[in-house]
Amino acid sequence: MLRYLALRLLQALAALLVMSAIVFVAVYAIGNPVEILVSPQADQEEIARAVAALGLDRPLPEQYLRFLARAAAGDLGRSFAFDVPAIGLIVERMPATLELATCAMLIALALGAPLGLWAGLRPRSAAGRSIAGLSILGFSLPTFWVGLMLILVFSVQLGWLPSAGRGPTTSLLGVPVSFLSLEGWRHLVLPACNLALFNLALVTRLARAGTADAMRQEYVVFARAKGLGEAHIVATHVAKNVLIPIVTVAGLEFGSLIAFAVVTESIFAWPGMGKLLVDSINVLDRPVIVGYLCIVVVLFVAINLAIDLAYAWLDPRVRGALA
Amino acid sequence: MRPLRVLLAVLLLSVLAARGAELRIGMAADVTSMDPHFLNLQPNVAISMHVFDSLTLLDPEARLIPGLAESWRPVDATTWEFRLRRGVRFHDGSELTAEDVVFSIERTQKVPNGQFRAFTRRIVATRVVDPHTIRMKTAAPYAMVPYDMNSVMIVSRKAAAGASSADFDSGKAMIGTGPFRFVRFARGDRVELERNDAYWGRRSQFERVVFRIVPTDPARMAALLSGDLDAIEQVPPPDLARVRRDPALRVEQKVSWRTIFFFADQRERAPGLTDASGAPLARNPLRDRRVREALSKAIDRRAIAERLMDGAALPASNLVSPPVFGYARDLKPDVHDPAGARRLLAEAGYPRGFGMTVSAPNNRYVDDDQIAQAVAAMLARVGVRARVETLPINAYLTRGREGRFCFALLGWGSFSADLALRALVATPAPERGFGAFNWAHYANARVDELLERGFGTLDERRREEIARDAMRAAMRDYAVIPLHHQITSWALRRGLSYPGRVDEFTLANFVRRE
Repeated sequence: MLRYLALRLLQALAALLVMSAIVFVAVYAIGNPVEILVSPQADQEEIARAVAALGLDRPLPEQYLRFLARAAAGDLGRSFAFDVPAIGLIVERMPATLELATCAMLIALALGAPLGLWAGLRPRSAAGRSIAGLSILGFSLPTFWVGLMLILVFSVQLGWLPSAGRGPTTSLLGVPVSFLSLEGWRHLVLPACNLALFNLALVTRLARAGTADAMRQEYVVFARAKGLGEAHIVATHVAKNVLIPIVTVAGLEFGSLIAFAVVTESIFAWPGMGKLLVDSINVLDRPVIVGYLCIVVVLFVAINLAIDLAYAWLDPRVRGALA
Repeated sequence: MRPLRVLLAVLLLSVLAARGAELRIGMAADVTSMDPHFLNLQPNVAISMHVFDSLTLLDPEARLIPGLAESWRPVDATTWEFRLRRGVRFHDGSELTAEDVVFSIERTQKVPNGQFRAFTRRIVATRVVDPHTIRMKTAAPYAMVPYDMNSVMIVSRKAAAGASSADFDSGKAMIGTGPFRFVRFARGDRVELERNDAYWGRRSQFERVVFRIVPTDPARMAALLSGDLDAIEQVPPPDLARVRRDPALRVEQKVSWRTIFFFADQRERAPGLTDASGAPLARNPLRDRRVREALSKAIDRRAIAERLMDGAALPASNLVSPPVFGYARDLKPDVHDPAGARRLLAEAGYPRGFGMTVSAPNNRYVDDDQIAQAVAAMLARVGVRARVETLPINAYLTRGREGRFCFALLGWGSFSADLALRALVATPAPERGFGAFNWAHYANARVDELLERGFGTLDERRREEIARDAMRAAMRDYAVIPLHHQITSWALRRGLSYPGRVDEFTLANFVRRE
């Protein structure tokens, strides 16, 4: 087990190294951040000074080695645009995104799993067919458009929910969260539903396919032959088997939700990390881009680890392999 | 039943009253810092203008007016004297003195990576004559000191001594003399302000102002439609018609100082140019004035402004917009004249035209990439085979400076014709700060000489005359090919009004209830 964890850690470090090198080269290829941030009144001397102050006048390999040396000491640099440590900037935005992504994932699981199970058990019923049909819509409708439609209907036409921003936050164990107040929920509902849509469809289809498949398996036939009730079979045997692929996918998707909630965050002006990433790419704020992607890599590694451990809990065969 | 109803009514009224005292404005770009001496970005400066004042201010037409300085004058060729308004108090109650001004000027030069040093580095010495008089000395006669002072926000020496940018973000050092007190900055989300009842100038009608940061166009629009915001800036032109139809909203418009134009590369060899059959050219046709004139006449500015941009632009003849200092009124936008353009091209030795790449950003100015497409189509009609290449602004600006474009679109906002000419058209000369953004390597000795003379002329009237002459000399030679001045739009809830500003800022103390 310990060896397994060490291996995972090594993998993560290698990923971080490769990723940071790619980002350095890519940002360098796009352009010079000073050109965007410079004041139009600046003259050549000011521009040269700004380039030198950010260390951008050095050769790229030297810039990268300097970055690595500082990163080893835990310093990912200061944001060019905000003039605060890049990591601090990202961590400051993280609770908003985590809250949104968690909420979206819970909606997707809480609705998707039972709907899929139902559709899988009764594939030929009207309800089963319409669930399958609607899930295709969930896949194919672009998030951007759905978000605007949600705003148009629930904010502009009906006036029930606010269209933009995060509600007031309260501190929970030092983390600012907005789900503890009614106003916070009112702001959270629309973006969370919008973000959940794709995964809701995904979970529904996975659950439906898994259930349909499981119902034909020998253990189900055997359980029926033993005289167990249908409800009992579905709840204890089928559900557990259906859950394995859902846990894998949900885990991976959770990472994506956090890392790439950017479309939803932009439409709903949600002050999360995704919006920060896009803004940073727009002004080529390299320390923030690198810092953000480092955090995303760590996040994915951690989530994958958590999935493996969850497998072990769900499937005794995997447990043996890990040990 | 009755007491309950009364209670509800009272509650509703108090909610409405609270609403009425608050103004919620949707900002179109992200604010990165509260430090007024860090980055010279429009949204950052917009917030600074609410909390702080500068010695000189700009009126809605971008003309210089007194701010914290009541008056200013040159005492001799290299010394400017500013007299401070008396009885102005900072938000903490302390009085504004010349020491705060000296401190602020010095601070602009010390902030790490600060960009406001550009406005104070020609000042070689400051002297406090008395608590309300300050003198600034320059090495050579320099007329722009009062203009530069418009960009230097005056902070409190007491509150900002030793303060970092983070101390401004937290509010600790956010003590100014401006129309609003700072309440809270939530990065990427909002800035909250509260009225300064002791303000010396125009006071706000609203007790509280919240600037919400909503850069996505449809989101900003939706927030206004749903009533989450009371006013928004930068209404996307396609939505203008809809806002005008909506009885609950109103639109305010103003010609902006942002001029959109094309650079035409002037080097012997420029990239992206070929002859009519696609083979490389021996010489750069854009160096011929007649060719530049032909390109200008081939462009139908009216069609771009009216049809492509839904009326949100004004055809341009100058590099600065009409109300701005140094605008030459006698220059008129070139009329669309394809036959004349063909004739000029033939005269210049290109009867069959030539091939050229038209470059433009695709996410910076209103309809920028579509404008490039339209211009390319118009050029094709006079025989210039134009290929369009558009890039995101972050990649575009770097390549522009590297000289990788031959015909490139750019936008520029300036409150003075000579400043715009100095940056874009003057022959590049780093030691003088000339031509810092002259991507085309254009050179015109007459323009340079006029600019040099203008910056050394301390009399405003004469300086404006010289600036106009420089503008005429540059534009008659097609130093750049101007397209249009953007028209900025604000949308507000009915019952509110805003006079609009040439410099595109949204100043909450000028939003009025009718």
